[in-house]
Amino acid sequence: MSDNRNVKIRVRNLSKVFGNQPKKALELRDQGLKRPEILDKTGQTLGLSNIDFDVYEGELLVIMGLSGSGKSTLIRCLNRLIDPTEGEIVIDGQNIPSLKEKELLECRRRHFSMVFQNFALFPHRTVQQNAEFGLEIRGIDAGERRETARNALKQVGLDGWEDAFPRQLSGGMQQRVGLARALANDASVLLMDEAFSALDPLIRGDMQQELLQLQHRMKKTTVFITHDLDEALSIGDRIVLLKDGEVVQIGTPEEILTAPADDYVRRFIEGVDKSRILSAESAMRKVRSTVRDTDGPRTALRKMRDHSLDSIYILDRDRRLVGLIDADGASQALEDGKQTVTEVMTQDFRKVTREEPLHNLFAMFSENRFPIAVVDDDQVLQGVVVKGAVLDELAQAGDH
Amino acid sequence: MAIEFPRMPLGDWIENGLNWLTSEYSAVTRGISRITQTGIDGLNDALMWLPDWSLLVIIAGLCWWLANVRLAIGAAAGLALIWNLGLWDPMIETLTLVVIATLVAVIIALPVGIAAALSERLYRTIMPVLDFMQTMPAFVYLIPAIPFFGIGSVSAIFATVIFSMPPAIRFTTLGIRQVPTELVEAADAYGATRGQKLFKVQLPLSLPTVMAGINQTIMLALSMVVIAAMIGADGLGSEVWRAIQRLRPGDGFEAGIAVVILAMLLDRLTQSLRKRGKA
Repeated sequence: MSDNRNVKIRVRNLSKVFGNQPKKALELRDQGLKRPEILDKTGQTLGLSNIDFDVYEGELLVIMGLSGSGKSTLIRCLNRLIDPTEGEIVIDGQNIPSLKEKELLECRRRHFSMVFQNFALFPHRTVQQNAEFGLEIRGIDAGERRETARNALKQVGLDGWEDAFPRQLSGGMQQRVGLARALANDASVLLMDEAFSALDPLIRGDMQQELLQLQHRMKKTTVFITHDLDEALSIGDRIVLLKDGEVVQIGTPEEILTAPADDYVRRFIEGVDKSRILSAESAMRKVRSTVRDTDGPRTALRKMRDHSLDSIYILDRDRRLVGLIDADGASQALEDGKQTVTEVMTQDFRKVTREEPLHNLFAMFSENRFPIAVVDDDQVLQGVVVKGAVLDELAQAGDH
Repeated sequence: MAIEFPRMPLGDWIENGLNWLTSEYSAVTRGISRITQTGIDGLNDALMWLPDWSLLVIIAGLCWWLANVRLAIGAAAGLALIWNLGLWDPMIETLTLVVIATLVAVIIALPVGIAAALSERLYRTIMPVLDFMQTMPAFVYLIPAIPFFGIGSVSAIFATVIFSMPPAIRFTTLGIRQVPTELVEAADAYGATRGQKLFKVQLPLSLPTVMAGINQTIMLALSMVVIAAMIGADGLGSEVWRAIQRLRPGDGFEAGIAVVILAMLLDRLTQSLRKRGKA
């Protein structure tokens, strides 16, 4: 589904060896040895090995893994806070590992803003001065950067705190300053290194929601690192799962939950509250049969009988959903001599989009007995969800 | 039968080296000597030109402004005692030597300390040198100072600078190295050049530590300029020296107490500067 989107950053064959004989370590890796064996034989740590992935323009990509998985190394390779040993990182046609020092500075200034786990605010600077930092480095004049930083602070809800020092702020507020510093800079990619991990759970949830809103509004390409699967699933458009410096799986949260690539991922996703993450799409079934708005009640009855349905959705010429008719209604219409199904159809059904969380569907089933219609933005019918399918999906997910 | 090892002529080598330096660079040493002497005389004259009571008021006021009333009162009382003992002029001479030696030491130490913090290689070269400078008995520096700069205050400054510089270098290096990695990363991540990183992040954050180093340097400088009386430096040290030669413990202690008062004053003042830097 994402294949036709613009690639913002292309990462290919990226590896990082910590130690003084990287070549030797990579040779062993190519012979099929794994991280612990390479460490035993050469004393070199294989931090990342053959990482391939793309970051699409405007998406929020989560890189998730436990400690030691190489996620922090990976994000630092993107802006070369750590020099990769081999591989390509291409952003807008520039290959970052081969940039000279000057070009690298320029590239960092234009392309990357970064938010850090422990905020990394400058304690000797006020909130305002912190937010201005990136602009100051780029040599933007004082008036403009004050304005820009003020706007960024407003966006994260910190207006009025410009003259405070970071130590006077709570953790959540400090990280808002970190976020404002990144937003003010208006680089094309936002790197977030465990940005919310140091916050307590309530604040973290708030910050996640705010990030999602910001991201929705600004469509800023974001790479977000976390060790927390719940966080990854709830904010990521796509997730790159890392283990021991290798990519285990790349996919949308749903793909990861419904089609885990291996046992490692499967074990990982045990414990996740599935219904919170799964959406209508995962429980959606193909529609067995529909009728046109010009069809008569007789056609509707026949189709219901043929497909053993007790209700059927009515579509217009463009397959847009216009209503629903059930078996009782159709029989009545036939008796009354009605010409088309639209004369007796009902609107008393529920329709949702593919993204609707599964747990919301439960409530709908308790109010309404008809299958739930899944439509796209143009009201075109995509499929239906029946009550049994929801339970099935959840049960299945719970089995793993 | 014992094998006899020839004695290594380490001292001869050093003397030859020093002699060579003195003769080859006499123009340089004479130049340094003249500039330093002018500086010493200038500052000395300026401080002496001020009426005693006004200097006392100025220093007490400085204490009040930088620290608190208590220090101001203490400073005024201490300085008044020195004046009363008739040690005002030697005290001014000592203060001048300390100020000039500290200035020179800090001017050299800051760039060296910064460079050592940023370059691992320089760090590893410079640390043993600093150990050497600090542990070599202070008196030893006085000896080569004389052929370089002759008897007097300039030699005292030379020896004092060498002896008191190491803490300023060490603390500068330490201060920059202990800036949290994340903050340095943040500066890097936003594309800061080395210079921007240094002046906007590393130096401001290491300022309290650097100030602690300068405080140490001042204390060491004070102890050294007193010792430097042995090679003809003026000041409180020469009062002590004279008391030793005449075996008059009373005079010795009076001058010693004046040194203690000056030391405490300088220490508290620079510490309060440091605290202001932190806040």
